[in-house]
Amino acid sequence: MRHGKYRFIVGFLALPLLVYGIFVISPFVQAFQISTTEWSGLRGTAKSVGLANYGKLLHSDEFWNALKHNVVMLVLVPIATLALGLFFAFMLNVGGRARRGAVITGVRGATFYKFVYFFPQVISITIISVIWFNIYNPDPHDGMLNSLLGVVGLDSLQSAWLGEGSLALACIMLVMVWANVGFYVVLFSAAMASIPREIYEAALLDGAGRSQTFFRITLPLLWDTVQTGWVYMGIIAMDAFALVQIMSVNMGGPDGATDVVPLRLYLTAFRDSQFGYAAAMGVAMLVVTLLFAVLTMRFARRERIEY
Amino acid sequence: MGSTSEVGRRDLVKRAAALGILAVPAMGTLTSCATGGGGGSDDGIKNKGTTSAKNPLGVKNGAPLEAFIFKGGLGDQYAKDAEADYNKTYGVTVKHTGTQQIGPKLQPRFAGGNPPDLIDNSGADHLDMNKLSAQGQLQDLTALLDAPSLDDPKKKVRDTLYPSTVEKGKHKDTFDVFYYAFTVYGTWYSHKLLKEKGWSYPTSFDDMIKLCAEIKKAGIAPWTYPGKYPYYVHFNLFAQIAKIGGLDKWIAIDNLEPGAWTSNDAVKQVVGHYEELAAKGYFLEGSQGLTHIQSQTAWTRGKAAFIPNGSWVENEAAPTTPADFDMAVGALFDGGSDDKMPHGTLRAEPSEPFIVAKGGKNPLGGMELLRILVSKKHAQNFATKVKSLTAVQGATDGMQLSPGLASAAKAVKEGGKNLLMIQLQEWYPKLTDEKLGGLTSQLLTGELKAADWIKKAQQYADEVAKDSSVTKFHRAS
Repeated sequence: MRHGKYRFIVGFLALPLLVYGIFVISPFVQAFQISTTEWSGLRGTAKSVGLANYGKLLHSDEFWNALKHNVVMLVLVPIATLALGLFFAFMLNVGGRARRGAVITGVRGATFYKFVYFFPQVISITIISVIWFNIYNPDPHDGMLNSLLGVVGLDSLQSAWLGEGSLALACIMLVMVWANVGFYVVLFSAAMASIPREIYEAALLDGAGRSQTFFRITLPLLWDTVQTGWVYMGIIAMDAFALVQIMSVNMGGPDGATDVVPLRLYLTAFRDSQFGYAAAMGVAMLVVTLLFAVLTMRFARRERIEY
Repeated sequence: MGSTSEVGRRDLVKRAAALGILAVPAMGTLTSCATGGGGGSDDGIKNKGTTSAKNPLGVKNGAPLEAFIFKGGLGDQYAKDAEADYNKTYGVTVKHTGTQQIGPKLQPRFAGGNPPDLIDNSGADHLDMNKLSAQGQLQDLTALLDAPSLDDPKKKVRDTLYPSTVEKGKHKDTFDVFYYAFTVYGTWYSHKLLKEKGWSYPTSFDDMIKLCAEIKKAGIAPWTYPGKYPYYVHFNLFAQIAKIGGLDKWIAIDNLEPGAWTSNDAVKQVVGHYEELAAKGYFLEGSQGLTHIQSQTAWTRGKAAFIPNGSWVENEAAPTTPADFDMAVGALFDGGSDDKMPHGTLRAEPSEPFIVAKGGKNPLGGMELLRILVSKKHAQNFATKVKSLTAVQGATDGMQLSPGLASAAKAVKEGGKNLLMIQLQEWYPKLTDEKLGGLTSQLLTGELKAADWIKKAQQYADEVAKDSSVTKFHRAS
């Protein structure tokens, strides 16, 4: 296997690499090229403008406003999603009371819970957005959330939700968390299943409680998975396009309160016919996402634990 | 994950980078490029046949024709009916596509230089006609205006239309957009509700405020609006400014002239009126989060009395409208005795923009299909099918019309010469829908004062005026 190993590998990978090059790498590189022009998207030709689009981007309040919301999402959404995912996975796998014959079990009905948590993963994000838009409907009779609050006598908490500038972004982030938790429950469950039982048993013999078991054993042994999940969730938070486009009032409103960079990009390209400027936004998004991934990898590194 | 493989992350990263380096040179050999493709830059009209009395535009028999029709609230059957007539005359089958995704579907085709011939460029995802026109990609339709009409060879098409159709369809001096429908914007209400309660439709802002107090006492919200699309409020707000302050001053706003918002007293009065409605709680609670369908439903169910809307509402709200609702639209309100335009002034203007691509294979055929659409037969077909007026004057005379449409037709008759046309939203959608829409949504929830709305509106308009990447347009009348 040592001899001609690379030729062998390259031989097998040539075709997929070519396809990948054409359909993934080449559009990426073209985006850079397009971002240096003032292409309208409606004609086959475009004037080159150098880095003018990037200059415009740096001075655009709209862009910074949108990026700010993305960064807020980038910080809050992964933390909430992963924390909930870890908590549920822990409860489903090792959080149960000791029952006959097994020392380490999940809570009662764990399989059922796993099934339910995973639900949102199989529905398309568009449908999720529409469902939640209707849950947030401000009408006190038609809107699920408001009518629920009315029924339990919390009328004072009824609100226009997505129409309320101070709440709209939080409402959308909540849906993001809801839609993604299920995936992490399953992911972390799988990872927890590979942790040897003996470790838990030893901890129990030493008198460790649930929370100690979690923080001293489960979390350190899952760290790699958490890190992967973090990057992946961060990329989802950088996007949020479909949710905001469908749910927010007036496309990223009220008055820009829920605007995100991908939506800005979409409107710039398809409404304002400024594909060059939109491509510059795409490149800026790439930079931010890469920065996030690199920083995460850099600061979350820990000793590897072999077991 | 219990990592049992010896491949560390660093190794993986190294390998991935190597693969990337391998893949990038492969790209150099790619010939196709997103921005590639020809432009439609030749001026010779393709597929020209011989002209005759029956075929004034000189459409070539048997030449293929492609039509892209927006399939939204109006459906696309009316266009198919016109295409059937075209097929009979010219011995082809028009290639028809009905879609809601006009922009995303056609943007690459324009960039690639092979657009379809006739496009009904409507809906939320429409093509940027301003850019297309500025780039010379739209067919000048003057020949169609000057062609004889199908119903009466002695009459030009131009003379069968509402005059504003020609005005509205111009970019600079070129007539290149044909607005086929005719929309009446205004304050919509249930005539039955008002009659039952003994209220009459207010004629002025002051009457409106007085009536709102009564309506609120009766346990009904005076107004609702679709907060998800705040530009619905502008249908009335803009027109009200033109009615009170005069068309000249509105044209200054359309033309983005400096100080056009701040120097106009009508702006102060109109925006102030909306501030007052908000302050007194005259909007249905939660309106700021409703879609157009949701707010229309609240209105047809009698939760709110008035709604700013256009004449398509009758067709759109039909599923929830009670049989005896008696939908009606009212004229703009008087601001005071020194209004520049008389009572009865109405915003009624062409809508549903059709364009013919210059770079298409058969632009003459595209124009001919439009000529068929504006014949009396098809204008009436349109009115029957989708409950909407068309650009053809008097096409619906003598027809049995639904309540809302009848009310709209009556308002247009009463408006006479005082029919307003607003270009701002057509030319600068980012300014009106996103920027001013954001201000309006705050104004109606009481978070923003009228004075700030005006100050910021002026600021946003000035920004657009200064932005060289936005194509500017100008109107004189």
